[in-house]
Amino acid sequence: MNDYSPTETTSTPATSRFDVALFVTCLADLFRPSVAFSSIRLLEQAGCTVSVPLQQTCCGQPAYNTGDYEAAAPIARQVIAAFESADYVVVPSGSCAGMISHHYPKLLEGEWQQRAIALAAKTFELTTFLAEIAAPLPTAKPIKRKVTYHDSCAGLRELGIKQQPRKLLGEVRQVDISELEKSDVCCGFGGTFCAKMPAISAKMASDKLTDAAAAGADIVTGGDLGCLLSLAGKARRDGLSLEFRHVAELLAGDLDTPAIGEPE
Amino acid sequence: MKLESANFLDQADNALADARRTVARDKLGVYSPNKRTAAVESFGDFDGLREHVHAVRQHSLDHLDHYLSRFEEEALANGNSVHFARDGEEMNDIVLDICRSANARKVAKGKSMVSEETELNEHLQNAGLEVIETDLGEYIIQIAGEKPSHITAPALHKPEDEIRELFLDKHSLGDRELDTPEELVSEARSVLREHFLSADVGIIGSNALVAENGYSMLVTNEGNGDLCANLPKVLVICTTIERVLPTARDAMAVLRLLARSTTGQSITCYSSFYSGPAREDDIDGPLETHIVLLDNRRSEVLASDYQEILQCIRCGACMNHCPVYINAGGHAYGSVYPGPMGSVLTPLLNSLEEASVLPNACTSCGRCEEVCPANIGLPDLLRDLRHEENRAKISAPRWRRGIKWHAWLSRQPWLYHFFTNLGVSLLNRLGRKTGYLSRLPFASGWTSEREFPVPQKNTFMQQYKVMTERKND
Repeated sequence: MNDYSPTETTSTPATSRFDVALFVTCLADLFRPSVAFSSIRLLEQAGCTVSVPLQQTCCGQPAYNTGDYEAAAPIARQVIAAFESADYVVVPSGSCAGMISHHYPKLLEGEWQQRAIALAAKTFELTTFLAEIAAPLPTAKPIKRKVTYHDSCAGLRELGIKQQPRKLLGEVRQVDISELEKSDVCCGFGGTFCAKMPAISAKMASDKLTDAAAAGADIVTGGDLGCLLSLAGKARRDGLSLEFRHVAELLAGDLDTPAIGEPE
Repeated sequence: MKLESANFLDQADNALADARRTVARDKLGVYSPNKRTAAVESFGDFDGLREHVHAVRQHSLDHLDHYLSRFEEEALANGNSVHFARDGEEMNDIVLDICRSANARKVAKGKSMVSEETELNEHLQNAGLEVIETDLGEYIIQIAGEKPSHITAPALHKPEDEIRELFLDKHSLGDRELDTPEELVSEARSVLREHFLSADVGIIGSNALVAENGYSMLVTNEGNGDLCANLPKVLVICTTIERVLPTARDAMAVLRLLARSTTGQSITCYSSFYSGPAREDDIDGPLETHIVLLDNRRSEVLASDYQEILQCIRCGACMNHCPVYINAGGHAYGSVYPGPMGSVLTPLLNSLEEASVLPNACTSCGRCEEVCPANIGLPDLLRDLRHEENRAKISAPRWRRGIKWHAWLSRQPWLYHFFTNLGVSLLNRLGRKTGYLSRLPFASGWTSEREFPVPQKNTFMQQYKVMTERKND
């Protein structure tokens, strides 16, 4: 462990180190490791030493959101135990970061609740951490594509993630976001919702894709793989040529990896 | 109330398939949030007002017995009769008795969700009374024989041409022009005017009850509530126990939140306080007034973990902002109260078994909570209801088992990493050439509407372990 605390870091130069434990998220782990590798690269560029606790699996949202609090609680305790020794926990997902920082304290009781609150205080979604805590990222090769950003709901409403990714994309890759008209409306993923109520979920995804087309975008990016996988799946089914990539991949300049749902 | 919530998915499919009605809902989903946002922004400290009203409502609920007694006392002193109804049946009987004592034949009704909840119209009609809904939307669906699809815009689902056909069919007014919405409104107005003048009893709802003076507040945009209240010789106000607030000032604070949240107006066109029967010097007003206060399980809700839902002021903002409501439509919910507030309230007023699908009609997007003027944590309440479903084993067994299994595996990191990598490698081999799979066992919910994006070659954890092992060698 190092000696840096958030207040000290604001005055320390870019060469300072932040000890960051990466919570990979199950979707990045299973579907898109490139998101986690891009996250590590970005964090290292921003002056962080990144570790990946091997005891991690899932944050417990599937159980929690379907109402099985009894099954979610031990997963929450496992995450707390695996990550509480870190200085910072960084998560490339607003929904998993929100689960840890907003819902663990509600889910747990007693001593574990105190430990959850302590973990919540040092848990950050990736773009928030990069934009507000870590050292500034160096500017890099511009991305000359028409990009739109999908604000996922948990990030937007639980964590206030709105300007952070836009600021980073602008500063690092000179990307000027073509905004969606209904940027604050859910894309219909909603975890198990998309499988429980597929028709309604698909209509919501269609609306989002129509909005993206109207914005003239050819890349849809965002901070949450759940939304992106769902939107990409719907776009492929409807034969739309939009490209879907996580914001970490864009920031890290990883445009060579096939986009979500694209052939290798 | 009769529930048809179990068929939520089929009913939503019907709504999605009906393009004309989808257009109206999609418009509401854009128009209404824009109106609300503009009204909230021009207000100033709207959040401050929300917090203030939340605190006042919480205080009123914490001391509901006190404020109800005070309201009753003051209302009686103003010359009203006050009745308490334990359930819908009791309320309906009380109202029918009042109508019978007045030898009433015709009842003019203002919009009242409480009377929808108790199915008061059917009860009175079965007893031989003529009941006329006088809110334009309620009138339209009444003559169409349909149910409301929204708590403040009951005929939202009716396209203009259907309303035109309905009026031509139901009003015997001969050949006439009914081309424009203005002409439709004007015709409804003239038809309804006759009913106001000939009704023996007026029935209205209430948006707030004021304990300090025994007044009840009603807001409308059509003025029909005031005509129902003032023209017939008997007035009945049907409302529920949790509407009571300590002071008139508190009712005004609710009014400021309500109008802005519902339609983006700074105030409704007609905002009235009713004190009681006409006094000697009054030039108009009812001769006899009754206030019926319905419980219908609200005191159970008050004592439960879901008490917060009793703070709802029935503005409809949660449904206007809910993408599930906008797409599924109000009728899909099979309940008087649709959308997020309805998905919480319906299981509580009925049973979780009958309404178990409703708490699942939610993506937890949080937009309802963001705009709720009463600051109700709707997504949390809906999740807590899902928790109850899970504990009571009401939810689908395959989901419960699947989630349990996933949670168990998640707690064995090494096993989880081993199995997930195995699965991921297999899926990658199956679909890497196209990038997606169109069919997948165990994921039919997903693949019924979307392709399944194929994962990259190995899991991150697998790749990371290999990488660090290499580094260490």
